[in-house]
Amino acid sequence: MDYNINHIKELESESIFVMREVAAQFENPVLMFSGGKDSILMVHLAYKAFFPAKIPFPLLHIDTGHNFPETLEYRDSLVKKINAKLIVGSVQEAIDKRLVVEEKGFNASRNGLQTAVLLDSLEKGKYNAALGGARRDEEKARAKERFFSHRDEFGQWDPKNQRPELWNLFNGKHHIGEHFRVFPISNWTELDVWQYLAYEKVELPSLYFAHEREVFERDGTLLADCDYITKRPEEKVFKEMVRCRTIGDMTCTGVWRSNATTIEDIIEEVATTRMTERGGRTDDKRSETSMEDRKKQGYF
Amino acid sequence: MSDNINSELLRFTTAGSVDDGKSTLIGRLLYDSKSIYQDQYEQIKTASERRGEDGVNLALLTDGLKSEREQGITIDVAYRYFATPKRKFIIADTPGHIQYTRNMVTGASSANVALILIDARNGVVEQTKRHAIIASLLQIPHVVVCINKMDLVDYDEEVYNKIQNDFEKFAAKLNVQDVHFIPISALLGDNVVHRSDKTPWFDGTTLMYYLENVHIASDHNFIDVRFPVQFVIRPYNDEYHDFRGYAGRIAGGVIKQGDDVLLLPSGFSTKVAKIHGPEGEQKEAFPPQSVTIEIADDFDLSRGDMIVRKNNQPEVTQDLDIMLVWFDSDNTLRVNGKYTLMHTTQTIRCVIKQLRYKLDINTLHRDESNPDIKMNDVARVVLRTTKPVFADSYSKNRITGSVILVDEGSNNTVAAGMVI
Repeated sequence: MDYNINHIKELESESIFVMREVAAQFENPVLMFSGGKDSILMVHLAYKAFFPAKIPFPLLHIDTGHNFPETLEYRDSLVKKINAKLIVGSVQEAIDKRLVVEEKGFNASRNGLQTAVLLDSLEKGKYNAALGGARRDEEKARAKERFFSHRDEFGQWDPKNQRPELWNLFNGKHHIGEHFRVFPISNWTELDVWQYLAYEKVELPSLYFAHEREVFERDGTLLADCDYITKRPEEKVFKEMVRCRTIGDMTCTGVWRSNATTIEDIIEEVATTRMTERGGRTDDKRSETSMEDRKKQGYF
Repeated sequence: MSDNINSELLRFTTAGSVDDGKSTLIGRLLYDSKSIYQDQYEQIKTASERRGEDGVNLALLTDGLKSEREQGITIDVAYRYFATPKRKFIIADTPGHIQYTRNMVTGASSANVALILIDARNGVVEQTKRHAIIASLLQIPHVVVCINKMDLVDYDEEVYNKIQNDFEKFAAKLNVQDVHFIPISALLGDNVVHRSDKTPWFDGTTLMYYLENVHIASDHNFIDVRFPVQFVIRPYNDEYHDFRGYAGRIAGGVIKQGDDVLLLPSGFSTKVAKIHGPEGEQKEAFPPQSVTIEIADDFDLSRGDMIVRKNNQPEVTQDLDIMLVWFDSDNTLRVNGKYTLMHTTQTIRCVIKQLRYKLDINTLHRDESNPDIKMNDVARVVLRTTKPVFADSYSKNRITGSVILVDEGSNNTVAAGMVI
């Protein structure tokens, strides 16, 4: 008897189970969509989980105004293709309305402002479950995250007081005003994601593939040159073949020297690399527990 | 790391304290399988220096939370990932101290393999017994006992044999079937990934070889068909106008297109018309696949119902005999108290009718006179549910034989239970 499935099929099955559990347990879920490969994977899995019905929740994008233009293009064409509902929370709008205040200085980033806009968008839409594409292998605070992660009425995470999660049993019970963050792809590694996207032949934003771009170096990381970053006088712009391993804001997403122009090249690169994918994220480098601190506040 | 797409997934749990070298062992497995990245390594190196430690403290890899780093202990379950060309591994790394029993139980609930560490200098101690009892309670299919720090006992075969003997004598009282022993030094790498030339008397395999080759394909139940309906898919569009699919994850058995099946609780019989998987229609489905099933007749199923075989049904009952692990730090177990019960895809209410005994997880002693069940205690109880559940014994099926209890006031998960 050989009833056996390989590891990405098992992960796929686990993620589909968790998504269906969200649809069954929550009356008003939403899928947080950043335009990165992990949220693209999430949409792909959600499509499979509910086929032939439509995905039973809208996509929520927190638009910092500092996105790579390629990200927005991709987002809009995906939404059209699968006939999904898209909700956009705008950081620029929140700044204009003085709900949040923009950071100043050379390392200014809108990363922290996203949290306030995200929480505001969740509250406005009365969403009681927000699905996210975070993975445990990404970062040490995320390694402690549950599939169903409880948030109090302030949207805060209490890492020391998390609900135990056993077998296939997910407890999504909550009081009014509280919500859950749900992470169906918790157990996927970066390599699993790429292997699966290649296997499924999923179309991806061009940013993930090596291309020539104007870049400059800051604290050992290459950043894409753009109007959103104030460069120091000594920071010189040059051209380089690069690609993104993660996609966030242009202000904090490092790009990598790479010649990987196909998904197979990327898999080979990921399988042999010696740096984690978030190694280029300057938002994580602010302190040793920068992710934990932000997550406690309600960051994704 | 491996880019092999056809590798199996193996989940294992480790339990132990800082002292028995658990973190070193995990660090060794990650390091030797090249799963520690350069920037991660530099990060923990910097952190180790800041803390004034000699060398690089590999424990910092697994201890992610601020309070864990401050106290130098693992509090919560940490998940770590590594892969070899043969398999992909998920480690549920849990603290070993008695006050964290609930975390060990959580890590053990999904594991194929339990890795129990023994310090060769100390032999079988109370903590070893506790870990073995938890592995037995949670029915982890395979147990591997690593007798660590062999370098500190001069790789002495007698020491190893005595510990193996002691463990086997104790384990005879438990329900653990597949036990392996390996003499190792996590610090020096003996028998972890590479065979040691210092233990010529040992004819077994290295730990890595064991993890890569232990037979896990039959860890699921492929005999007894159990399909708990998780979600009903109704597209309401023109193309799939009358489509009604029952989505769920196979909890047991192999379901084939055309099979005669029985629906619970209604008791109606029908056939499996179609099975839809993530890649389209498939002829059969088995654990742990998530699929959507269409049935031949127009019966209405909803979440919590179950598709089974006529001649192989689970127990349909409102009375459950359960071994319970209590999790809640705020409240003790209330006999006659009411809780929400989650079992497969059912969420119903239940009342604790009877507390049979409290089980000492260090000695297996059954205490029938102590009604005080606190966090991390294990107790045998009898539950009465408001509606029938479709349950198997946990030893037969980990999915249809497990429950959690939820407090109706706080909504917290206060206990996990295994059906006897």
